[in-house]
Amino acid sequence: MIEMILSDRCTRCGLCAAVCPTNVFDLAADGTPSIARKDDCQTCFMCELYCKADALFVAPQCDHAVAVSADEARATAGQFRRESGWDEWAGDPRYANEHWRMDRVFARAREAG
Amino acid sequence: MGRLASQVRGIGMGNCSDRETLGADVLVIGGGIAGTWAATAAARTGARVILAEKGWCGTSGVAATAGPGHWWVPPDPALRAQAVARRHDAGLGLSDPGWMERVLDTTWRTLPTLSDHYAFPNDDAGVVQYRALRGPEYMKAMRTITQQAGVTILDHTPALGLLRHADGSIAGARLWRRRARRPLTIRAGAVVLAAGGCAFRSHLLGSANLTGDGLLMAAEAGASLSGMEFSAYYTVAPAHTSMTRSMSYVFATYSDASGREFATRPGQDGTRDLAAALLQGPVFCHLGRMPADIRDQLPRISPNVTLVFDRLGIDPYRDRFEVTLHGEGTVRGTGGVNVIDASCQTEVPGLFAAGDTATRELVAGAISGGGAQNSAWALSSGLWSGAGAAAFGRGRTHLATRPAELLGHVWLPNGKGLTRSAREVMAAVGREMHDYDRNLFRTAAKLHRSLDTLDGLWGDVRSGLHEAAEDPLRAREAAALVASGRWAWAAALARRESRGLHQREDLPWTDPAQASRRLVGGLDRVWARPQAVVGVAEAVA
Repeated sequence: MIEMILSDRCTRCGLCAAVCPTNVFDLAADGTPSIARKDDCQTCFMCELYCKADALFVAPQCDHAVAVSADEARATAGQFRRESGWDEWAGDPRYANEHWRMDRVFARAREAG
Repeated sequence: MGRLASQVRGIGMGNCSDRETLGADVLVIGGGIAGTWAATAAARTGARVILAEKGWCGTSGVAATAGPGHWWVPPDPALRAQAVARRHDAGLGLSDPGWMERVLDTTWRTLPTLSDHYAFPNDDAGVVQYRALRGPEYMKAMRTITQQAGVTILDHTPALGLLRHADGSIAGARLWRRRARRPLTIRAGAVVLAAGGCAFRSHLLGSANLTGDGLLMAAEAGASLSGMEFSAYYTVAPAHTSMTRSMSYVFATYSDASGREFATRPGQDGTRDLAAALLQGPVFCHLGRMPADIRDQLPRISPNVTLVFDRLGIDPYRDRFEVTLHGEGTVRGTGGVNVIDASCQTEVPGLFAAGDTATRELVAGAISGGGAQNSAWALSSGLWSGAGAAAFGRGRTHLATRPAELLGHVWLPNGKGLTRSAREVMAAVGREMHDYDRNLFRTAAKLHRSLDTLDGLWGDVRSGLHEAAEDPLRAREAAALVASGRWAWAAALARRESRGLHQREDLPWTDPAQASRRLVGGLDRVWARPQAVVGVAEAVA
C-alpha cells in the first residue's frame, strides 16, 4: 500500500491524485497531495510510475500497513519509473523494454522440463 | 426527464438531483483495452462518444498494471487453421472457430496501428515485436489514441445503473463523479459495457475496480450471462503482495513449512496442487532454477516484479519466500455477458458488451483464455462493439428527451433493524468466492452452502448498506460482487459434470451430453438454464 509522500521532492503537480485508479489521494488547495483513503490502495504502483519527482513510495505489502522510514523510501522511490524507461530514462539501453522476451522465457522453461 | 427525476429520488439520492446531464451517440463504460478500442472505433465512424471510467483511463484495470500478450498468429491459412483447431480442442466443446478466426484477424491487423504511440521493440534479430505489450505504456497510448479520435473521457466517473426507454432499448446511464461526489446523467443512443470482469476483491494486481459492475448492469436490463461456472482461475504471488505477474514461476521450486519440496503438475492441475498444499499450511518458493541470463533480463522484462522482491529484501533465487494464490474470478475465468451477434450486442437492444465484461467462452471455451486470448478478445470485441454501438446509436438523439427508467438500484437502509456496511459485505463475498477448497474442489454441498450465504448477503444489500446514501458507488460494488458470486455458483450447480476450469469432486467426469453453455441471470431470483453453443456464423445469419 501507499506508505509515503516525500514532501521535499513533491512538486504539487497533482498527477498522483489524477492517475490513481482507486482514488486514494486528496489534493489541498495548493496542490499538496495527501493519502486520504489508504485502505483503497490496490498496490499497483501506477502513482510511482507517473510521479516524475519520484516522491511516492508504495510498499509491496497489499494487505497491511508497514512502517517505512523516509530513508528507506528514498532508496527505491523512482526505481520502477527508471527501470520502465520513462521520461528522462527513455532510450537508455540499460532500461530497454524487453517485455517481448516473455514468450521465449516460457519456451526455455518448457525445454528445461 | 420527469420520470428520471422521480426514479432518482426513488433510489434515495437525498437531495442530489442530476443537474449535470450530457448527451452522446455512444456511451462506453470502462476505459481498459476493450473500452478504449470501443470508444475509438465508435468515434472514427463520426459518432459523438463519451468514455466513462471508474478510475483513470490509462492506469485502471488489469491490463494497465500487467503486460498483455495477445493471441498472435500470422495470416497464413494453414497456421491460422492449426491455431484455431488446437485452441478449439482445448476449449472442450464450448468455443467457436468462427469467433476465433475473427479475433486472430482483427488483432493481427490492429496492433501494428499503435506504432505512432507505442515504441514496439525489436528482438535480438531486429524483428519488430508486436505481440506482447507493457500494460502501462499500452494503456497510456490508448488514452492518447482515444482522445485523438475525439472521444470525451470522464475519469473517476463510475456508472451506477443503465437507463431504459419504454420500448426496452437502452437510453444511457446514471453515473457518479466520485471526486466531486455528485451524480451525472448521460443520455446515449447506445451503451458499450466494457467495465472488466469480477475479481471478487482479491489482491490480483490491478483488480480493485473489477467488481462485476458491468455484469450487474447487464442483468438489471434483462441480459443473461454465460460461462460463470468457470470462475476458478488462480495466480501465484509472493505472500501479502499483489504481484501476480507469474512468468518467473515457471522456474519455481515449491516447499512446505518443513522445507520438504513438492512437485506441481503443469497448468491448472498445478494450481490445484498448490492450493491443496496451501490448505495444509504455508507454502514457500524459490526461483533458483531460473537461468542466469533470464535473471539478468527480468528487470527489463517486468520491472515491477523485481521492484517487489527488492523492497521485500528477498533474493528470490536463493531465499525461500512465502507465496499465496490470488483468485481471478471471471477475469481469467471465462464468464460474462452473453452476446448474440457479431457486433457483441447483448439480448438488450442498444446494449453491447466487450472485453472481460462479455463471455470469453466464444474464444476460450471451458478453460482460461489466459492473458493472450483475453487481450486479443478485449481488443477485437472492443472494436466490434464500438462500431456496432455507433451504427445503433447514431440517429437516436431525438430520443434523449423522452422519459427513461433507471434500472440500477441503490437500496438505502430504512432505519429499522441492523444494517451491514458495504465493505463488510464485499469482504464476505471475497471469502466465499476465493476459498480454495470450495472453488477448486467443488461439490454440490459446498456450493449450496455458499450460495445460501450469498443469498443472505443479497438480502443485506436489499435492506440497504450503511454507506449507500453517501457512497452509492460502494453500495453498487457490493451488490455487483454478491450478484456475480450467486451467478457463478448457480452456473456451477447447473453444470453437473467436470469440464475445464469447473472441477466437481462429486461429478469428476466430463459428460458429452453437457457440451452446452450455462446461461444465468436474475437478481432476487437467480435462474440457470442450458443453451446450445451458437457459432458466430449462425449469430450473423
